Amino acid sequence: MKAAQSILHTLALPVVLVATWWVVSFDSTNVYFPSLQRILQAFPATWLDGGMESRLVVDGFASVWRLLVGFVVATVIAVALGTLIGLLPRVRAYCEPTLELFRAIPGPVLVPIIGLFAGIGDTMKIIVVLLGCLWPILLNTVEGVRAVDSVMIDTAKSYRLSPRRRIVKLILPAASPQILAGMRQGLSVGIILMVISEMFAATNGLGFTVVQFQRNFALPEMWTGIIVLGLLGLVASVFFQIFESRSLRWYTGMRRAARDA
Amino acid sequence: MLEVTHLQKLYRTAETSFEALRDVHFTVAPGEFVCLVGPSGSGKTTLLKCMAGLMKPTSGTVRVADKAVAGPPEGLALVFQEYGRSLFPWLRIAENVELPLKELKIPGKERGARVAEALAHVGLENSARSYPWQLSGGMQQRVAIARAIAYRPDVLLMDEPFAAVDAQTRADLEDLVREIWRDLKITTLFVTHDIDEAVYLAERVIVLSSTPTIVQREMIIDLPSERDQLSTRALPRFSELRHDLYAEIQKAKTHSALTLTA
Amino acid sequence: MSNRLDTLPTFEVRVNTSALSRRRFRARGRATNTLLGCAGLLTVALIAQFLAPLGIVRAQDLPPTTVILAAFIDLLGEATMWMAVYDTIYVWAIGLVVASVAGIVVGVLLGSSEPLRRATSSTVEFLRPIPSVALVPLVVLVFGPRYESALVLVIYAAFWQVLVQTVYGVADVDPVVADTARSYRFSRWGVMRYVIWPTALPFVMTGIRLAATVALVLTVTAQLIIGTPGLGQSIALAESGGANARMYALVLITGLLGLAVNIVVRLVEKRVLAWHMSFRKDASE
Ligand SMILES: Nc1ncnc2c1ncn2[C@@H]1O[C@H](COP(=O)(O)OP(=O)(O)OP(=O)(O)O)[C@@H](O)[C@H]1O
Ligand SMILES: [Mg+2]
Repeated sequence: MKAAQSILHTLALPVVLVATWWVVSFDSTNVYFPSLQRILQAFPATWLDGGMESRLVVDGFASVWRLLVGFVVATVIAVALGTLIGLLPRVRAYCEPTLELFRAIPGPVLVPIIGLFAGIGDTMKIIVVLLGCLWPILLNTVEGVRAVDSVMIDTAKSYRLSPRRRIVKLILPAASPQILAGMRQGLSVGIILMVISEMFAATNGLGFTVVQFQRNFALPEMWTGIIVLGLLGLVASVFFQIFESRSLRWYTGMRRAARDA
Repeated sequence: MLEVTHLQKLYRTAETSFEALRDVHFTVAPGEFVCLVGPSGSGKTTLLKCMAGLMKPTSGTVRVADKAVAGPPEGLALVFQEYGRSLFPWLRIAENVELPLKELKIPGKERGARVAEALAHVGLENSARSYPWQLSGGMQQRVAIARAIAYRPDVLLMDEPFAAVDAQTRADLEDLVREIWRDLKITTLFVTHDIDEAVYLAERVIVLSSTPTIVQREMIIDLPSERDQLSTRALPRFSELRHDLYAEIQKAKTHSALTLTA
Repeated sequence: MSNRLDTLPTFEVRVNTSALSRRRFRARGRATNTLLGCAGLLTVALIAQFLAPLGIVRAQDLPPTTVILAAFIDLLGEATMWMAVYDTIYVWAIGLVVASVAGIVVGVLLGSSEPLRRATSSTVEFLRPIPSVALVPLVVLVFGPRYESALVLVIYAAFWQVLVQTVYGVADVDPVVADTARSYRFSRWGVMRYVIWPTALPFVMTGIRLAATVALVLTVTAQLIIGTPGLGQSIALAESGGANARMYALVLITGLLGLAVNIVVRLVEKRVLAWHMSFRKDASE
C-alpha cells in the first residue's frame, strides 16, 4: 500500500506533464516544436538503429568515456591536492589567491585554450572536463579538511596515529561530506563542459550529434538528442546519488540523530 | 611516573604574551590517583595538553615514565571532556576502540579480544556495532574510556570527562573510573571542577591558583580506599575534606603566582 | 610593574591582553599570508613567462606573461571590451535575478506543503540534472545569437539551484516552532515572515551563491558557442583570428569578472546572514 502510494507520487506528475506535452503538441505545425509523437517516432531510427554501431552506443560511449575519465582523474588530483593544501596553512596561503582566480574562470573559456595544446581529440575534451571538475572538488576538499574537529585531531595525535592513518581514518572521512558536495558540483559542471567541448569542435559524441541535427534542420532528431542529453544527466545524477548515500551513511544517520534529539 | 618540573606556558603572540602557567611543579607516583582542581581558566587544559605532548611548554619539562615529553608519549591515554568530538562518527564503536590498537601493530585476534574486554568493562558489549551518535552522552563517554583502557596505558589523563553528563550517569562513571584504576593500576590524573568528585575519587588533590598559575596546595585524601557513593560521602572525614577543599578553591579564585609568591 | 599588576584584578588583565594580542596576531598572520599569496601568483606568472622561451610550449600557444599583460592593458583601453563586459554582466544579472525570484517563489510554495513536495519531488529530480546546454541547439534555432538565447540557458541552469536549496530550507523549519507560531495565531503571512523565511534564508543564500557561478558559466557558454555578444564571443573571435595573446588576456578578464562575482556574492551573503544571525540570537536569548 505504502509502496504503491509512493510510486503514484513519483510517477503522477511526470506522467501528467508528458501527457500534456503530447496533447498540446499533437498537431503542432511549428517547425521548432514538433509533436512529441513525431519525436518519439524518430527516436529509434535516430539512436538505436545499427546495434553496436548505433548512435546511442558509439556517440554515447565517446561522451561518457570523456566525462568519466575527466571526472575521476579530477577527483583524484583534487582530493590529493586539497588534503595537502588543507593541512598545511603555509601552502594554503601560497596557493589560495591563485586557486581563487583559476576557479573564477568559467570552464567553457578553457575550451579554445586547451584546443591550442591538445587539438580537438579526446585528450582536449578530457582535459577540459578535468579542469572544470577540478576546482569545485579541490576547494571543497580544502574547506572540509580545514574544518576537521580539533578535538578529533588531538585524539588521533595522543594515540600516536601515523600520518597515513590519520589521513585515511580521520581527515578524509571527516571531510567526505564536503568532498562529495564538491564532487556533485563538479559532475554537473563536467557534463556541461563535455557537451560544450563536443559542440565546439568534435567528430563524434552526443554534443556533436545534437548540433549536427540542428545545423541540418533535422528538428525531431534534434529533440531526440536533447532528450538523450537530459537522460544522460539524469542517469549520472542517479548513479552519483547512490554512490553518495552509500559513502555517507554515517553522516545522514548522525544528522538525523541530531535532528531528532 | 609523572613529573612536572617548573612548567611555564606563555601563549605568545606578535607583541604581547599571556602567561597561563607560571611555575607548575608536582609529581604523581606510579599507580596513584590524583585529581587536579582549579578555577575556570586557570590553565588545567593547558597543563594537560603540555603533559600529553599536544602542546609545547615555554619552559620546564614534563617527564612520563622517566622520559621527557617531546611529542605524544607512548603509553599515555587522554580522555577529553567533549566525548562527541573525540569519537569518530564514521566508525562503529568497536572500530573506534580498535583504531589505536592497530597503530600498536597488535595482531587482529588479540585486538578483537582487547576490544571486547574493554567494552565489557564499561558495560557496552551490546553496542559494539553501533555508531557513536546512536548512543547517549554517558555511553559515548564510556566508549572513550573503553578506548583508553583497551590501549592499556600506563598513564591516564582525563580532562573534565564527566562535565557534560547527568548526575546519575556521573556517579556510575566515577565508580567505573575508580574500579578501572584499582583493577588495572593505571596512574591517573583527573581534572574536575567538582569538589565532591575530586574528594570522592582521589588519593591526593592538587589545587591550582588563578593565572599566572602555580600549584597552590596539595591535599592528601585519607579516606578508606574502598569507596561507595553512599557510605563514603556520608563519612565525617569526607565532609571535612570537602570543606577544606572548598575553602582552598575559593582562595584560588583570587590568588595567583603574583599574590602567593609575593 | 609587578606591583601595579598586583592591584589589578587578574580577570581584567587576562581578558584585555589576550583579546588584544589575538587581534594583533591575526593582523600579522594576514600580512604574511597576503605576501605568500602574491608569491603564489607571481610563481604562476613566472612559469607562464618562461615556458615558451624555454621551448616547452610554442610561443604562439602560450605567449609569455608580459605579452599577455600587454594585450590586457591594450584591452583596458578598448571600448568594445568594456561593452562586452557590460553585456556579460547584464545577461548574468538579469538571468540570476529572474531565476532567484522564480526559484524562491516556487521553492517556498513547494517547501511549505508536504503533499505538494511529494508530488513534485520526482519531477524536480528529473528536470534538475538535465544539462541546460542540451537546450543550446533549440535556442540557436529559436532566438539565434541574441540575449534571449543566453538568458534561457542561464535561467534554466540557475533556477534549479535556488529552487532545490529553498525547498530544502523551508522543509527544514522545526515543526514545533511552526506549530507554536500558529498557536499564537500568527497569520499565514506572519508564519512565513517570522518563522519560515529566517530558517530558510541561509539555504536560499547558498542556492543563490551556487546559482551565481552557474549563471556566469552559462552566460559565457552562450557567448562562446552561440555567439551572443559578450566576453565569450570576443574570446571565440580572438581564437578564430589567431590572436592568442588577446584571447588569454580576455580569459584573464573573464576570470577577474568571475572573481568579482564570487566576492560580491559572498559579501552579500555574509551581510544578509550576519544580520540574520544577530536577529536570530536576539530572538532566542
Ligand atoms: N590558544 C590560546 N591562546 C591564547 N590564550 C589561551 C589559549 N588557550 C587558552 N588560553 C588562555 O589560557 C588560560 C587557560 O586556559 P585553559 O583552557 O587551560 O583553562 P582551564 O583551566 O582548562 O579552564 P576550564 O576550567 O574552563 O576548562 C585561559 O585564560 C585562556 O584564556
Ligand atoms: Mg579546560
